[in-house]
Amino acid sequence: MNPRMLAATTARVLNQLRHDPRSVALILVVPSVLLAIVYWLFQNETLPPGMPRTFNRIGPIMLAIFPFVIMFLLTSVTMLRERTSGTLERLMTTPIHKADLLFGYGISFAIMAALQSIVATGVAYWVFGLDIKGYGGLVVLVAVVNSVLGVSLGLFCSAFARTEFQAVQFMPIIVIPQILLCGLFVPRAQMTDVFQVLSDWMPLTYSVKALQEITANTNPTGEMWRDLWIMAGVLLGLLVLASFTLRRKSS
Amino acid sequence: MSHVAVLPSAIEAEGLTVRLRRTEVLHGLGFSVPEGRVTGLLGPSGSGKSTLMRSIMGVQRIAGGTLTVLGRPAGATSLRPEIGYMTQNAAVYNDLTVLDNVRYFAALHGRSRADARESVAAVGLSELEKRKAVDLSGGQFSRVSLACALVGAPKLLVLDEPTVGLDPVLRVDLWERFQSLADRGTTLLVSSHVMEEASRCDSLLLLRDGNLLAQLTPSELRERGRSQDLEQAFLGIIREVEPV
Repeated sequence: MNPRMLAATTARVLNQLRHDPRSVALILVVPSVLLAIVYWLFQNETLPPGMPRTFNRIGPIMLAIFPFVIMFLLTSVTMLRERTSGTLERLMTTPIHKADLLFGYGISFAIMAALQSIVATGVAYWVFGLDIKGYGGLVVLVAVVNSVLGVSLGLFCSAFARTEFQAVQFMPIIVIPQILLCGLFVPRAQMTDVFQVLSDWMPLTYSVKALQEITANTNPTGEMWRDLWIMAGVLLGLLVLASFTLRRKSS
Repeated sequence: MSHVAVLPSAIEAEGLTVRLRRTEVLHGLGFSVPEGRVTGLLGPSGSGKSTLMRSIMGVQRIAGGTLTVLGRPAGATSLRPEIGYMTQNAAVYNDLTVLDNVRYFAALHGRSRADARESVAAVGLSELEKRKAVDLSGGQFSRVSLACALVGAPKLLVLDEPTVGLDPVLRVDLWERFQSLADRGTTLLVSSHVMEEASRCDSLLLLRDGNLLAQLTPSELRERGRSQDLEQAFLGIIREVEPV
């Protein structure tokens, strides 16, 4: 890796985003709008005494899902464009190392995810009164790790798509099962064994668990750190796999 | 090939064979590209020009034979800082400005912002440097791509149809620039399917259906093809090599 090329790539990707204010606005605003919908959806629920509000259960899960899904989509489409426009092939003829390119994408999208998470977490906490017992900075940390997870999955999946249309189709295959099984609709403990095992193998599950730990406990728990390390391990593995899909020579 | 043979060569190919999927597209080519000269790679579309250029740049696997670039096998890591490539379909970032595109490739080659500005000026886009690439016309767009190839000040420049769709004044201007780069020691390999551009090259490689028809100078082409018109001369050589 070369710091100058890494910095240039990060700056280039951020610069591309800067020229696309509409996407930036969507990244920053959409999560808060969706949170608002969920909040008002359950506004008039009648609960037995002592039962926590549904928003308090779903809110943290949504904060985990946003960065993962959005960065996955953003990365698979951007990377596919890089492949189809010929810029990737051109980059491969320059001194840039694959790691500079992959980490350049990772870092720039992680910056966007951090901003997104700050806005969404702030809105959830201050506007909708989401009960977050732990430290807010940790929520942003999980969101950042989670977004890079989405980036690495997107980088990897884009290798298997030939058109942007196909790239978007990976969303129902790769992302929606993770949303279904991460504990959003049915708590993990109530799932059948098969679904629990499947859920154990899905990275989004761990970011949901980590966020649930943060919202429920004042101090960071060992469980939360373990979940974060699992996410970090999966994302590094995916980045390595993605680097194999970036071949310098075509046969 | 008289004067070509005595010059040291920047690119040397022997029995170069390339397959795309399972089809052989380059059939055992042997040639040498002289250092510090403008070599034209001419042939109709589909003749294998782009595949040959991609092989030289090290992004296309070679099925057989040898291909040596600046004394090293094509694709060697140490070659990357010394070569510049302009792809046929202008590979630049649509959503970046002209200057930002060139600056990015400048940074990858360890060049400064001033170098980036200079390259933008060299292709005549200074006035449009703040314009997004997507808002440019086809010819301007491909000039951004050319500036990105020039900015690394490479020893070898491989340009795939750089003058397609350009205004004639600009085309002449670019060919003069290629010549002046060659005068300062840069080796250029420039492809074109417009035969009249052959007259601006020092040396020519004529490619057809993945075979090298001839390597010669423009005057040798006129002589061998028995015509002052290069298009006709090319036809003459095709008839000589492949009698109908």
